[in-house]
Amino acid sequence: MTTVTATETATRAPSVGTARTRVEGVEKVTGAARYAGEIPFTDLAHGWLALSTVARGRISALGTDAVLAMPGVLAVLDHRNALRLNTDFPSLLGMRPDPTCAVFQHDQVPHVGWPVALVVAETSEQAREAAESLVVHYEPEPHTTDFTAETPDAYALDGVMPALTEKGDIEAELAASAVVLDAEYTTPEEHHNPMEPHAATAVWDEDRLEVVDSNQGATWVGGDLANFFSLDPAAVRVRSEHVGGGFGSKGVRAHQVAAAMAARVLGRPVRVVMTRRQMFTLAGHRSPTVQRIRLGADAEGRLRALEHRALSHTSTVHEFVEPSAGVARVMYDADAHRTENRVVRLDVPSPTFMRAPGEAPGSFALESALDELAVACGLDPIELRLRNDAERGPVSGLPFAGRRLADCFREGARRFGWADRDPRPGTRRDGRWLLGTGTAAASFQAGAAPSTATATAHPDGTFTVRIAAADIGTGARTALTLVAADALGVAPERVRVRIGDSAFGPAMIAGGSMGTRSWSWAVTIAAEELRERLALGADIPAEGITVRSDTTAAIGALAAAERHSFGAQFAEVAVDVGTGEVRVRRMLGIFAAGRIINPLTARSQFLGGMTWGISMALHEEALRDRASGGLVGADLAGYHVATHADVPRIEADWIEDPDPDDPVGIKGIGEIGIVGAAAAIANAVWHATGARHRDLPISPDRVLTAGAPDA
Amino acid sequence: MASPTSSVITLHINGEKFTLPVDHRTTLLDALRERLTLTGTKKGCDQGQCGACTVLLDGRRTVACLQLAVAAEGREITTIEGVAEGDRLHPVQQAFLELDGYQCGYCTPGQICSAIGVLREHAEGVPSAVTDDIRPEAGPPPLTPEEIRERMSGNLCRCGAYVAIVEAVARAAADGDRTAAVTESEEAVA
Repeated sequence: MTTVTATETATRAPSVGTARTRVEGVEKVTGAARYAGEIPFTDLAHGWLALSTVARGRISALGTDAVLAMPGVLAVLDHRNALRLNTDFPSLLGMRPDPTCAVFQHDQVPHVGWPVALVVAETSEQAREAAESLVVHYEPEPHTTDFTAETPDAYALDGVMPALTEKGDIEAELAASAVVLDAEYTTPEEHHNPMEPHAATAVWDEDRLEVVDSNQGATWVGGDLANFFSLDPAAVRVRSEHVGGGFGSKGVRAHQVAAAMAARVLGRPVRVVMTRRQMFTLAGHRSPTVQRIRLGADAEGRLRALEHRALSHTSTVHEFVEPSAGVARVMYDADAHRTENRVVRLDVPSPTFMRAPGEAPGSFALESALDELAVACGLDPIELRLRNDAERGPVSGLPFAGRRLADCFREGARRFGWADRDPRPGTRRDGRWLLGTGTAAASFQAGAAPSTATATAHPDGTFTVRIAAADIGTGARTALTLVAADALGVAPERVRVRIGDSAFGPAMIAGGSMGTRSWSWAVTIAAEELRERLALGADIPAEGITVRSDTTAAIGALAAAERHSFGAQFAEVAVDVGTGEVRVRRMLGIFAAGRIINPLTARSQFLGGMTWGISMALHEEALRDRASGGLVGADLAGYHVATHADVPRIEADWIEDPDPDDPVGIKGIGEIGIVGAAAAIANAVWHATGARHRDLPISPDRVLTAGAPDA
Repeated sequence: MASPTSSVITLHINGEKFTLPVDHRTTLLDALRERLTLTGTKKGCDQGQCGACTVLLDGRRTVACLQLAVAAEGREITTIEGVAEGDRLHPVQQAFLELDGYQCGYCTPGQICSAIGVLREHAEGVPSAVTDDIRPEAGPPPLTPEEIRERMSGNLCRCGAYVAIVEAVARAAADGDRTAAVTESEEAVA
């Protein structure tokens, strides 16, 4: 019997804010950590997805019989024999589930890479050969995958935010402005490419479904699978212990549903793992964007007009909008202010959330435009931003619950050596390299969503916290350990945090930079209540004392405010105008992003986001072939993500910015690192060369055709 | 068990011998992961582009996805499960752990095996594309961050942990070999 007393807890220094190595670190560096496709199952069968090779049409015939005769093949599932699924339910954020996940329900093909069949065999080699041997005949129809600003079929679409906001008279304010900028920016189709491919193993026990998966939210995936198969939510259990990256792509996808279907038919466990190439059509992607920005400013650089219009694509079967214009609703005010998010439906796979959806491409356009306006006004780009630092939400009119953007710029400028910068472009040389520096602002929404957690005190003086959180590399498991330890008033070594299991009750996903904040809230409430119970001197029985929390009411009671993280990005680049190569030489990000739980892993997360920014600015581009409607080089050779040699010694740091309305002070740091990073690099390329790059990535051919500066 | 499409082979892995029948199509990677439950070696792309499946074959870095299992017979295979000495982590593992040279952990076994290979190649004087003096008599070049980045570039990390990985490899090099010249040639921003 152990009793934790209040005196022990009163004197302990907080664990939150101290650097801790990851609690699962040894497992990860020794290879002992098992990911979804690595959990052994007795009598496991292997499923391999066959995907469409045409961009539009219908399936006219499938050569199933020949495949069923191949060695080891157990079943072929397609639209003729698949279980009928329920697809009429609200999924994440009330959105309908992407029909791409509801596999084999009809013979229509809406894009290249659409799942047409699942071949199941005794071994993965047999399944793969059989799936690749499956002959599928199509009646093809003409397709359209061209994405251009001129499309007449685009329409305004609300997603996670209203499509349109408008105040004032844009045309009148532009006409009255001393300086006007009107420019179009584009960003390409981008793919998440977590290093661990999507993998799920499904097994049924009567009418209970169990799935071992790699996902960003066990509650989410479990709930959607229950809906698809018309099951009681309590009859579905989804586990996801270690997750090899997600970045928005690891929600409900075709592989979990296909595995569950096949396991139902065969009465044995079935594993389906996406290949890297399949991920390029099945895992979602970030839509390309075309963004037009019009700015009008007075002679001192104060904005009179701000218009940000963004266009993205979606598939013909699912509506998803990349809300790029949303960033202007937070960053800058103007007398006339107009933002608009539109989409066009094309014969392409469905896009989805990808790290900083909206903010990543939106900040490239807006923060590039601010840089152009600064040049036109003859102002330092930081000074221009400080003069336009919004005091209230430009659209909402609500106060900011913390906006230390100016402090981020001042601290960053001091450390980066910004004061010594010669604003003239194309004047610094280092051998064959032209050098330049650039900056940009960053923001990302701070939010929390309802979650539940339990905290259990054991007789041996240890504690177990259970929450259906996901650690996709963020360090959430470790962060929650520190948060729980502080709330319990004990050392972190006495706390075990178990995550990644839908049986632990509903919880927020790892997404929207809201995971750790939402989970910490629930963990704190459960742990604090447990601590109060223990303070009364209760004896702890063998099964422990468990307290359950639910943050629904507390989060619902939050006052309306503009809640965001902010940051300032700085970059120095070297540009070889002979080869067109751009090298990032150094980078600094200073963030005001709430209380930092674990400085060691927080630094990694910020640096990871900034690395994504380098990758977005200079490398990533999925090219779609007009004739086939598919991607060219859909793999990690054809789609370049930044590697070691692309990333210099970049730095990230933060300033104090605890959220006053969060029990732990957290805002969330998963996404802000990428926001503004590509713009800072593009602005540095302008400073180096005098050539403005409004299209990403800034590839060597674009540098060469942009030419050298006027000497 | 031998047939036109399968053979019984013996693999030497982490100092142990494993005899197993394999489909001739089976890659070393799938043999490790699916047949021998050595799942520490990761499958990221299955086509030699990401480095997640890097193992040491006779001490040299190899991507196990491009190696057929039958062709690995008789070679000394070292996987991530075999680099620590009991409970004592390899210096590269220890540095990754302490400096947070990873996030999701999925590319990590490949990064660590690759780093161990890099340190050996460097010690043997093998030059890289960024080595200034590639004459054999010049000996190992200074193991600068630039050298580490160049040599590690076959290992992708989508979480973007490169900064800490390079720090970890540099620290392991310094800890493991006091004669190696590890220099921090780049100035920090602050």
